[in-house]
Amino acid sequence: MEQFFATLGIWLGALFTFAIFSFLYKDNPFYKTAEQIFVGLSAGYWFVYTVFSILIPNLYDPLTQDFSANWIKIIPAILGIMMLMRLIPKTEWVSRFPISVVIGTTSGVFFLRYLKSDVLNQLTATMINPFIGENWVVIVGQILLIVGTITGVIYFYFSKKHTGALGVSAKIGIYFLMVSFGAAFGYTAMARISLLIGRLQFLLGDWLGIIQP
Amino acid sequence: MRKTKQIDRRWLFLLIFFGVALPLIFTIGLPLETTKNVHMVYDLIDGMPKGSRALLSFDYDPASMPELHPMAKAVVKHCFDKEINIIFTAMWPMGVQMADDIIEQLKDDYPDLKYGEDYVNLGFKAGGMITIQSMGKNFREVFPKDMNGSSIDELPIMEGINNFSNIGFVFSLSAGAPGIKEWVQIAHDAYGRPTSGGCTGVSAPAMLPYINEQKQLTGLLAGLKAAAEYETLIKTPGSATKGMDAQSIAHLIIIIFIAIGNINYWRDRKALKKGGK
Amino acid sequence: MKRKIPLLITFTVGIILIISEFIPHKPFGQLSGELEIWFLIISGFAILLGQLSLFKVNILKIQYKQRDWQFYVITLISFVVMVTLGFLWGTGKSAGMLGHGEIITSTLGHKPFDYLFHNVYQHLQATMFSLLAFFIASAAYRAFIGRTVESNLLLTSAVLVMLGNTTFGSLLTGWLPESLNFLHLPKVSEFIMTFPTTAGQRAIMIGAGLGIIGSSLRIILGIERSYLGGE
Repeated sequence: MEQFFATLGIWLGALFTFAIFSFLYKDNPFYKTAEQIFVGLSAGYWFVYTVFSILIPNLYDPLTQDFSANWIKIIPAILGIMMLMRLIPKTEWVSRFPISVVIGTTSGVFFLRYLKSDVLNQLTATMINPFIGENWVVIVGQILLIVGTITGVIYFYFSKKHTGALGVSAKIGIYFLMVSFGAAFGYTAMARISLLIGRLQFLLGDWLGIIQP
Repeated sequence: MRKTKQIDRRWLFLLIFFGVALPLIFTIGLPLETTKNVHMVYDLIDGMPKGSRALLSFDYDPASMPELHPMAKAVVKHCFDKEINIIFTAMWPMGVQMADDIIEQLKDDYPDLKYGEDYVNLGFKAGGMITIQSMGKNFREVFPKDMNGSSIDELPIMEGINNFSNIGFVFSLSAGAPGIKEWVQIAHDAYGRPTSGGCTGVSAPAMLPYINEQKQLTGLLAGLKAAAEYETLIKTPGSATKGMDAQSIAHLIIIIFIAIGNINYWRDRKALKKGGK
Repeated sequence: MKRKIPLLITFTVGIILIISEFIPHKPFGQLSGELEIWFLIISGFAILLGQLSLFKVNILKIQYKQRDWQFYVITLISFVVMVTLGFLWGTGKSAGMLGHGEIITSTLGHKPFDYLFHNVYQHLQATMFSLLAFFIASAAYRAFIGRTVESNLLLTSAVLVMLGNTTFGSLLTGWLPESLNFLHLPKVSEFIMTFPTTAGQRAIMIGAGLGIIGSSLRIILGIERSYLGGE
């Protein structure tokens, strides 16, 4: 029986794979059905995991097993229920309170973390001695790194018109950004093709048995 | 206006389909060169002492499985070979199932490994960066239980883990946010733990600035090619290596498409200049 | 009051978290730790809100018989089935309301929730995203034209990185002598990624980082209030 359901599972996988692939020819009811099943299952999965992974171990269990030590968790519980009030138009304003806790926390943490990791550390990482390197290729690269970072940041300065020296620097910055976007496209192409490779490995391996999965 | 007739894109789809399918069936097996960023990850794990504890965060879903699952398997295998104990966690809900799947695939190769002593799956937590910061202050309050419902006080692998201090390194397998970026910002920049990661090709360029002299990120496995390179380094070819031929052919097809598109454009432009004849 | 108190909460919470970075001792350290745990719990409710909203929106579409309303019935059925199976028999080694469901698990080989995940959901999501492979190839043919200096740079960098990411890259330039090793395609690709790409991405990161710092301050100080919505 287990073997039957295992085989059925593979055939279900193949069926839904072709239902989605049928969109490449044109939009059709099979694709629409598969798409809506995907949406429903995804929402259901998130719902179940949220309850089992967060609400039970971090809220329900502490409150029920040791209330005296965890009574303060009543506050986030109340805030959470206030969040759900957003579903009813008349009580939507109640959700502003938990949202403000979330937004305040996020803003406070983001302010600190982005300042350190994405600004200060990145500036430090750019302040290297470009003339110390294993060979001339690395030295050229390090010079490009410094020039590219500075001119790229200059490009994003829109408070002054890009003319004169600022304009030239911004233009060089744009060139570095274009090289960066081209490389990003190359990696994106690799990523997308990998997804198709994964699907075909399933169809040819697990389903048809033509290749070793 | 273009004069050259555009090919129906469904023919292009068919060409891509066969361009990827055929090399999977008729493999070529060209050798792969390894790169510096992959070596950095390998050296980090290889240099860890026996018995260290690593935190592996599965921050991806089935959409990114083809790229991240092979590198996850290779990294976990490397850790088990080096007798590094692994704490699995997930910042994406589907990451829990991804971690379970890797453990399931490898358990026959390592029959002596015991759950709770050599590895543990703590499950999923929402909240991204805030939750990771909370883990750095009070790990046990964020994860009072593992994903099976056992108290972490009962698990020998979690002994002494109150924050990130006793974690050897953090490794995030990431398909977006929350992922490597958040782990770098907290685990490395706030708490000083060596942090590395594997990501999809799409997010790889954005992670590169973290590979710097401060070692915000110690190497990076970017996409299927890096997964194949890591499989080569640990001498265990897997699905990533098998997919490289198809990857190569597909890239060539795309480059040919780009070339044809450009040739058509310039030809039409030339014709237009000559009076559109 | 409906707007003033939330603004005050945002300000207080934000300031506590910033101060706790510099004064990690009592009370700021404790307060920030507690706020972070509250954030985790409220996030859980926010996720539930998202799923319940989806449920509500689909019910309304079916109720008002909007276009393709029949497909939204499928969405609701899938949602209800997945939630029911998850709560009744749990997932993995977590028990549900009816325990672990040993009989059904031994029949299917997995718990019903996990069976649906592995054999339906996983394939649906993976295939949905694999469609992008076809679209990127089609887009490359139609739109990737080198008209200007900038687009030529983009094109050249993309082609070199794509070639470098393949095993053919090594084959095409493997014959080059050691002195010209820097022209070896995988090395060229690595150079492009390590230096100019990193420079461009770093510039974006610094710019975005400054923007986020600015936005965070504006939110904490109550200058930015769009998160509160309307009246």
